[in-house]
Amino acid sequence: MKPATDTIRVLIRRGDAHSGRICVYRAPRRENQTVLDVVTWIQRELAPDLAYRFSCRVGMCGTCAMMVGGAPRWTCRTHVKTVLRRGQLELAPLRSLPIIKDLACDMSEFFAKWRRAEGRFHSSPERSGRAQPPVKILPSTPARREADAAIECINCAVCYSACDVVAWNRDYLGPAALNRAWSLQNDARDSAHARRLRAVSAGGGCQHCHSQHSCESFCPVGLSPARSIAGLKRALARGALGIRPHSPPHA
Amino acid sequence: MMLSPKWFLAQRLSALLLAPMVIAHLLGIIYAAQGGLDAAEILARTRGNFFLAVFYECFVVATALHASIGLRVVGVEWLRLRGRALDWLGALSAFALFALGSYAVFAVTAG
Ligand code: SF4
Ligand code: SF4
Ligand code: FES
Repeated sequence: MKPATDTIRVLIRRGDAHSGRICVYRAPRRENQTVLDVVTWIQRELAPDLAYRFSCRVGMCGTCAMMVGGAPRWTCRTHVKTVLRRGQLELAPLRSLPIIKDLACDMSEFFAKWRRAEGRFHSSPERSGRAQPPVKILPSTPARREADAAIECINCAVCYSACDVVAWNRDYLGPAALNRAWSLQNDARDSAHARRLRAVSAGGGCQHCHSQHSCESFCPVGLSPARSIAGLKRALARGALGIRPHSPPHA
Repeated sequence: MMLSPKWFLAQRLSALLLAPMVIAHLLGIIYAAQGGLDAAEILARTRGNFFLAVFYECFVVATALHASIGLRVVGVEWLRLRGRALDWLGALSAFALFALGSYAVFAVTAG
């Protein structure tokens, strides 16, 4: 018998963190179809209790990431035809995050690490308060270029899931939080550079990165957290040696 | 802490030291082997060579530091060690490397 080419065999890891099983579904194969389309079809037609997460469907919100054939991907912008292996699609929740149910993970630790890395903008009354005239930011300064290169993160946790150090060491802040920290370290308006440098070099900090760039290979929007982390490591080394930063970020 | 900023820096700096030293060491081996020296002839040249003793003892210290810090990281990531166990792994490996290395340096350069 000829194998049916108009359907896809979809293997989904279902269950919670303690008990998981692989469920097999058949979904129609369409010309232009994303992995998220397939998951949605299965939930609507076959398994109404299938848990997964998405919001924007256009690669903006970063909520739809999961493991596709063993690799972390944003599913709303991953075309089935690029990841299908022998007519088969294997889906599982993101690696290194606690599973809530089926394809939905608990992102709390991911975001807690953003906070731990001081991934939040700190304004200062002297520099960027309401009483001050707007700060002039020249896009051409080296610091601003560094900040811009790291800024388009959509918090999808794909890099976090791709990183082996995260998998091995639960303390490690991970590529996304550190990338965010680097973009703020280069923001002239931010006033917490010293505090943030301490935060990213404390336990589980940037010094644990192995610089093997898995984060960069998988980041769907083409950022390089590894490069940002290299910047943080340089700043950390300079700080520990008592050398002042190269160019003051406000130059 | 598994890899404090100070240990991180120590590992980087020791690597900086080790890179040229490894090259010098390899060049030394090639030079000696090309010259067709046998063990006794090599020992005759290394014994009592103060410069060589200092060079290799620095090599040993840098290695003990660099490798033991790296082993702590391996201990955390692969063996899931923490706290006291990790400190022991680091201290014992540093001591073993230092002792074995220094013994070798002594054996080759003393006298
Ligand atoms: S480069 Fe660093 S942050 Fe990126 S995946 Fe490797 S260890 Fe993780
Ligand atoms: S750096 Fe890239 S992969 Fe990581 S969370 Fe941001 S967008 Fe996602
Ligand atoms: S659903 Fe928003 S990025 Fe995929």
